[in-house]
Amino acid sequence: MSDATLKPPAAATARTIAFPPEAALAPPVGERAPPGRIAGVSSALAGRIAGGNLIGWLVPALIVIVWEALSRIGYLQPNVLPAPSAIVAAAIRLTASGQLPESIGVSTLRALAGFVVGGGVGLALGLANGLSRLSEKLTDTSLQMVRNVPHLALIPLVILWFGIDEGAKLFLVALGVFFPMYINTLHGIRNVDPQLIEMGRIYGMKQGELFWRVILPGALPSIFVGLRYALGIMWLTLIVAETIAAESGIGHMAMQAREFLLVDVVMLSIIIYALLGKAADSIARLLERLSLQWHPAYRK
Amino acid sequence: MAISTAISPRHTVSGPVHAGGSAGPQGGASVTLRGIARAFGDKQVLRRVDLHIPAGQFVAIVGKSGCGKSTLLRLIVGLDQPTDGHITLSGVTAGEEKTAADGVRIMFQEPRLLPWERVRGNVEVGLGRDLPKAERQAVATRTLEAVGLGDRGGEWPSVLSGGQKQRVALARALASGPRLLALDEPLGALDALTRIDMQRLIEKVWSDQGFTAILVTHDVSEAIALADRILVIDQGTIAADLAVSSPRPRHRGDPELAALEGRIIDALFNDQAAGI
Ligand SMILES: Nc1ncnc2c1ncn2[C@@H]1O[C@H](COP(=O)(O)OP(=O)(O)OP(=O)(O)O)[C@@H](O)[C@H]1O
Ligand SMILES: [Mg+2]
Repeated sequence: MSDATLKPPAAATARTIAFPPEAALAPPVGERAPPGRIAGVSSALAGRIAGGNLIGWLVPALIVIVWEALSRIGYLQPNVLPAPSAIVAAAIRLTASGQLPESIGVSTLRALAGFVVGGGVGLALGLANGLSRLSEKLTDTSLQMVRNVPHLALIPLVILWFGIDEGAKLFLVALGVFFPMYINTLHGIRNVDPQLIEMGRIYGMKQGELFWRVILPGALPSIFVGLRYALGIMWLTLIVAETIAAESGIGHMAMQAREFLLVDVVMLSIIIYALLGKAADSIARLLERLSLQWHPAYRK
Repeated sequence: MAISTAISPRHTVSGPVHAGGSAGPQGGASVTLRGIARAFGDKQVLRRVDLHIPAGQFVAIVGKSGCGKSTLLRLIVGLDQPTDGHITLSGVTAGEEKTAADGVRIMFQEPRLLPWERVRGNVEVGLGRDLPKAERQAVATRTLEAVGLGDRGGEWPSVLSGGQKQRVALARALASGPRLLALDEPLGALDALTRIDMQRLIEKVWSDQGFTAILVTHDVSEAIALADRILVIDQGTIAADLAVSSPRPRHRGDPELAALEGRIIDALFNDQAAGI
């Protein structure tokens, strides 16, 4: 269906697909903006702060301080938006009781399990369909059709099938993660420079060597785009699934706290989700930087 | 004493029985084309090409864009099959289908380096996997030195200039000590000064190693500076076959060479006039 997006005409120039468009090779705006370019700050000071990579934390810190102050003077109601200090206190309380570490563990495990299954199958099918015309003809059309079903729309069906078991969450996460991995892997393989492949052949590389030495490294930047996008989908799917139907995990903790009007715990859950998402992305970016050292865009 | 192998019904190679296989100067391959034709669909690109290139000769092929120079070169190295006629390479060993025969190397306008391998790794691509790793590295380093990049082996290709990348590609082609080096406008993307530099390098390695060289170029003066013999391709055949006998090294601006350049350019354009 959206085959056109998979086969841009100029193989050498189009290195990565945007799936969806915002997932380009370039990191999200702002995250990697060169530091020290804020108007109004004296460049010397900006330079010094940027040296420690602190400037990015300036605004969040300011927000927290103002937030805390507004809570202290009673402008923010604790039952609407609890003070940062109250959230920290909740974190300490729940860590001591063991509920927080357990919930984080359960949610992380779920996320990873779904990711490994869905991402693994996506990668494998992407490679297979990128390398074999027959395999592509056999499966691609069906996959493209399924892709148009938003996976979260399947929640009612999935609950009917699996109840609110682990199986339901695993299935949803795996399904959500599958497509970005599949599409970007396929795209990456398709767009390996054909001149390099011809070069490999001329120099007598056999199929195996050609794959490991030319095709896979050439597809890697695009595969990483898929990986990072898949990680985003992974958390999003998990949050939705855990909030709707779960008996453990962070989403469950948040829903329980909502019943008892523990706004601080709800806020804490949201923040934990954000931190987990950020951690996953940072790990992926580290891997990306390590394995794409040859790429000028990833060199420091 | 020679063994003959048919890569395809239309492409035969024969190599000496005692082909050493290791790197190093081995002399050149000779090339014979008999009645070569190549069509793409209805389009007859090459009609009837008969040609013999003796071992060790430096041949330049010139012709207008789209006349079939690259096609001819790909046929010679075995990357493509003629629709008619027969090609014989002697002094090399057959490769597999769509693989250049052993001892045959081709260089393109683009360096075609693997961006994810270091410069030395890229040169090692030219050596195949049979050699032990340590020996591959040693040969790669030596070949890089020969093209003036001995100290750049550990770098990524992306930090090199266009001319340096093309030197690495040359090193990769030379690493295994080829008997036939086919060059398809290898200097076309380089600036004039770098090009002269590379021309000297190519001439030097050719005279040191004694391989047969076939250079496709747009630049008539480049052909004259380097080649023993210049072939002008037009209308799908060899329209002119000119010997360049001036001694080497040749100097640009030599009146004899300038006269030859005039004759070649005439050959290129008169035929066009005749064809209309
Ligand atoms: N694989 C192919 N399929 C169809 N037509 C082809 C193919 N390869 C070459 N041709 C055609 O054959 C003709 C000669 O192409 P070729 O690349 O050999 O020209 P050339 O002399 O090398 O030109 P240039 O100097 O621009 O590189 C062109 O008209 C081209 O369109
Ligand atoms: Mg050409």
